[in-house]
Amino acid sequence: MKTHVTTDINDEAVEFLCEPQHTLLHVLRNELGLTGTKEGCGSGDCGACSVTVNGRLVCACLVLAVEADGAKIGTIEGVANRDSLHIIQEKYLEHAALQCGICTPGLIVSTQALLEENPNPTEQEARYFLAGNLCRCTGYDKIIRAVMDAAQCLRQGA
Amino acid sequence: MTGTSYRSPESIEEAVDLLAASSGTVDILAGGTDLIIQMQGSIGDQRLIINVKHISEMMQATLTDDALLLGPAMCCAELTSRADIKQWFPGLIESAYLIGSSQVQGRASVGGNLCNASPAADTIPALIALGAVCHIVGPSGERSVNAEDFVTGVSSNCMADNELLRCIQIARPEPNTADAYLRFIPRSEMDIAVAGAAVSVTVNDGVCTSARVAIGAVATTALLVPAAAAALVGSDLGEDALDAAAAASTLAAKPITDRRGTVEFRKHIVGVLTKRAAGIAAARARGN
Repeated sequence: MKTHVTTDINDEAVEFLCEPQHTLLHVLRNELGLTGTKEGCGSGDCGACSVTVNGRLVCACLVLAVEADGAKIGTIEGVANRDSLHIIQEKYLEHAALQCGICTPGLIVSTQALLEENPNPTEQEARYFLAGNLCRCTGYDKIIRAVMDAAQCLRQGA
Repeated sequence: MTGTSYRSPESIEEAVDLLAASSGTVDILAGGTDLIIQMQGSIGDQRLIINVKHISEMMQATLTDDALLLGPAMCCAELTSRADIKQWFPGLIESAYLIGSSQVQGRASVGGNLCNASPAADTIPALIALGAVCHIVGPSGERSVNAEDFVTGVSSNCMADNELLRCIQIARPEPNTADAYLRFIPRSEMDIAVAGAAVSVTVNDGVCTSARVAIGAVATTALLVPAAAAALVGSDLGEDALDAAAAASTLAAKPITDRRGTVEFRKHIVGVLTKRAAGIAAARARGN
């Protein structure tokens, strides 16, 4: 039985119909066309589908779409400011912190969540916080350099 | 066509009524980090999902004069950010902080960890060491079960199908009391315990006057180990007492061999973890 859901995605009111067993990831990608959120493992292990629900970082594959009712959802599509990239995105480009790109939206959403919670993380804290975002290309070093650089720029108000 | 339906009650009473009225499979949805994966293999079943996260008392943690009243569905990320709770129960916070990734901690809850009843659950030994009491509500009223009696086997707990875990109560620690939790995993994070140990001790004038030891991932359920606690009580928590507690944990463990560890390794390492966790708890209880 389809359920009607009223939610807020990236500060825009959104309504959709979904089956109760469908995940938020399924609805974002297949019903709402928000394909920036990637499906990797579908079991909460890889972080490619990282989004925020009421400001809390989660895997969209481990959230039911019906749970979005009345909640505020944040996805990678809401990170940039219209025409200009977010500084975290700029730093990922600058440090070449991506290769195939499948993990990148999830990593950027997670990086934003990290820096909102802890604007001045140590490298160890950043690595631990981002441990749920798997990247099979970069070896993580460039990602961590981008994260640390972005953190410094954000602290300086750049 | 599937028969899945979804309800999101806003009170315990409403949730209990839903449970009582339902005849098919009912799943309580807290963090969903186990449930949603389990559901993926069973599309087509008649199933009612009851999301308990709109019940405010299930999502809150309150410190009263004499206890922590923990809402079972509060996510671990919120719990581990609570400095007031960490001050009382650093070992419980350690155990919650070890569950999965940041993303998983944004959903997973202590109550869910307990009800899902994995032998390797990290928070269950910590709850047992703290003497946590589980308050269960059902159609015929409320009952309370000690944490060590809550889990009855692999993926099974003591609750009937129409019952709900409404609160986890942990008594305020006595003065000079502290807990600690350690687990062994082969990597640095995001793994499942090969073995775990939680210890709570009270130290007065250099002597251990009270202790509880619980071990995880070395039997079908987490185990309270009274013999390990007995080895600590009355001692100065020196090397000999910690070694005796370690030996008691090794003896109490009834592990299996699987791809994460052998029986021999698990029995050994759960002793090592007991000794180290007791040492950390003792240092905390002494205030250093």
